[in-house]
Amino acid sequence: MFRSAYRSALITAFTAAAALGTSTIAASAAWEPVRPVEFIVPAGTGGGADQMARTIQGIVTKHNLMKQPLVVINKSGGAGGEGFLDVKASQNNPHKIIITLSNLFTTPLATGIPFNWKDLTPVAMLALDEFVLWVNAEKPYNNAKDFMDALKAASPGSIKMGGTGSKQEDQIITVALEKAAGAKFTYIPYKGGGEVAVQLVGNHVDSTVNNPIEAVAQWRGGKLKPLCVFDSKPMPYDEPIADGKAWKDIPTCKSQGLDIEYLMLRGIFMSPKATKDQVAYYVDLFNKVRATPDWQEFMKSGAFNTTFMTGDEYAKWVGDEEKRHQDLMKEAGFLAPSN
Amino acid sequence: MEELANLFHGFAVALQPFNIMVMLLGIVLGVIIGVLPGLGGANGVAILLPLTFSMSPTSAIIMLSCIYWGALFGGAITSILFNIPGEPWSVATTFDGYPMAQQGKAGEALTAAFTSSFVGALFAVVMITLVAPLVASFALQFGPAEKFAVYFLAFCSFVGLSKEPPFKTVAAMMIGFALAAVGLDSITGQLRLTFGITELLNGFDFLIAVIGLFGIGEILLTMEEGLAFRGGNAKINLRVVIQTWKELPTYWMTSLRSCLIGCWMGITPAGATPASFMSYGIAKRVAKRGNNFGKGEIEGVVAPETAAHAAGTAALLPMLSLGVPGSPTAAVLLGGLLIWGLQPGPMLFVEQKEFVWGLIASMYLGNLVGLIVVLTCVPVFAAILRVPFSIIAPLILVLCAIGAYSVHSSTFDVVMMLVFGVLGYLLKKCNYPLAPLVLAIVLGDKAEEAFRQSLLGSQGSLGVFFSNALVSTIMVLGLIALFWSAIQEGYSRLRAAAA
Repeated sequence: MFRSAYRSALITAFTAAAALGTSTIAASAAWEPVRPVEFIVPAGTGGGADQMARTIQGIVTKHNLMKQPLVVINKSGGAGGEGFLDVKASQNNPHKIIITLSNLFTTPLATGIPFNWKDLTPVAMLALDEFVLWVNAEKPYNNAKDFMDALKAASPGSIKMGGTGSKQEDQIITVALEKAAGAKFTYIPYKGGGEVAVQLVGNHVDSTVNNPIEAVAQWRGGKLKPLCVFDSKPMPYDEPIADGKAWKDIPTCKSQGLDIEYLMLRGIFMSPKATKDQVAYYVDLFNKVRATPDWQEFMKSGAFNTTFMTGDEYAKWVGDEEKRHQDLMKEAGFLAPSN
Repeated sequence: MEELANLFHGFAVALQPFNIMVMLLGIVLGVIIGVLPGLGGANGVAILLPLTFSMSPTSAIIMLSCIYWGALFGGAITSILFNIPGEPWSVATTFDGYPMAQQGKAGEALTAAFTSSFVGALFAVVMITLVAPLVASFALQFGPAEKFAVYFLAFCSFVGLSKEPPFKTVAAMMIGFALAAVGLDSITGQLRLTFGITELLNGFDFLIAVIGLFGIGEILLTMEEGLAFRGGNAKINLRVVIQTWKELPTYWMTSLRSCLIGCWMGITPAGATPASFMSYGIAKRVAKRGNNFGKGEIEGVVAPETAAHAAGTAALLPMLSLGVPGSPTAAVLLGGLLIWGLQPGPMLFVEQKEFVWGLIASMYLGNLVGLIVVLTCVPVFAAILRVPFSIIAPLILVLCAIGAYSVHSSTFDVVMMLVFGVLGYLLKKCNYPLAPLVLAIVLGDKAEEAFRQSLLGSQGSLGVFFSNALVSTIMVLGLIALFWSAIQEGYSRLRAAAA
């Protein structure tokens, strides 16, 4: 009861603030949607991108941030290729936005579909998703070094790494780990991150690189343990999760002698050839979403890296990231013959 | 005992007036979603998810799970009346439900379907109440090899137990496998059989195929037979319900078996669709009147409906206790849990007692409310069959087209639906069974994925399918089912030789 009372107080306070905010913004906004906005998710229902899109939709509805409805549509075919091509084909339709994950780069590179992120208009980076190296809690590895030593000692391919999708982010990290250790995993692709975490609990695979939100429940239940995070600095969240340990206490992989960094884009793009005003409208909208307590709660529950970027800075970041994926995938031999 | 106290506390939560209202609303919305082919429980729940963000998590999950129950109930309606399965798990219901409707027994078929659904769900909820933690750990033993074994068993029980000529069954199944292979190969991440056509990136969706093969195909056949819509003489009063209820207890054995199959498939988590097929296949072989299956046998409605509903309910258990959804709809519910700030997983039962037991109590009440709602509507549904074919057929066509479009919001799918309709008509004319084709489209890519994941893990050794007691047992059961006819024949020859 206390919790919900506290929540509604927060919400009231926020709506008041939002009402003030909108009145000033309404005067300056030059463009506004005139019909429902389609929010494309290039992944299936229930996954990380889908959760984020539906959270945003919920926040927008709850706090009345848009006059027109925001409709989430999943277009997951061809590892998200279906969604990207759909937005690419919607030139001059500003009522279509898309949330991306790393498949923005990996899908066109691995499948050779005619798509590049430059076909779309960048709007904003909402957050970056972290990756953590996980093992089953019963295993004797206490840190990343123990695990990598075990990998080197084992016969090639006898240690199994489970991950989401094929030739996507999880497998890219796996290849990077192999390179760092000079050893081989057997990579087994699954459909979703939650399934991967449970396969690790059931000892059907030996390790995973799940996102925090995918594995946190099993960590809290004492079934999994995190070894290191693939970021340049530890995550900032200090609320204890399991055994008095918080996200903050997971060391970086770099500090464990594994010089690998990988973060996944959770960003927004819109249809090609959008005008400045149209982009500005959505940037403003997402700024309002980010200011809500619901969003902050969501960021905390998934231990997200909350970097926010827009405009040229964002486009440059995406450009650099594309280059990096191209190199990583070329090295791993993941490129489609046509690329 | 502690569980019972918790459950009563849960009933107190679920019986709050607001929650009862939410429950009714959810059931009605769910039935509508289930009736519309193509919309489907997963899409329906996803669309309605944002509505619930302003509610407390407990009310929200009650509403969404009631939509889910409603969709499970509703899927049977169009299957029986028009031979169009609104949901994947109601395909098997059409096999006997539709012939019954054609014989003027739509009311009986609907009553049997709804009642069996309720029995299946109730069985699964009781199981969840009593043995939740125990069962959850069983699900953890399912790796790729075990999953493949379950799919293998589903295929085998269908081929081996079918009365159709085995070659026609296998041929139809192979077409299904070929169609299932189109799209992204999830193991290598490369596109297969798309020929550069971007619309094919998604592969052939099961729902499009089913709407076309069954719905459109059936309309084409009826047109050829002279625009008569049989089944117009259906009894349309509530007495049908009572009469059918008197008959149902005779099939207690089928019900019990289907409940067990359903619970098992829901937890593993293979889902409601294979459960309904497997249950139908086994009932067909084991039942006394098995030879009449496919011609309008009430037991052929009881078996798949009981199993589908038991599986659909049991699928929520791995979702709550492990965070692994047992069905697409459960996957969307899972997303909802996270948005409301609840973390599914081993700790949910400990930390969120009010939520968990409120949900379990609402499963009892929601299913009861659902049963009452749909049973009172039986005469209304049956009366639909009295509408002349020339009026209802265009309506069905429109409904099918909307359904096909709404799966991926793509007009290409509507064209595909018509193509599948023609294919369905041709296959029926040549006496090829459609069910194995559909089964292969639904489970083909999942089975392939599990098979290749197993082989990756075992570094190519087929021994992985016999590497432990669990997986070996399921594989052996599958093989027995596959060669059942041969085994039976051999046995009777042996007896003849001995005599």
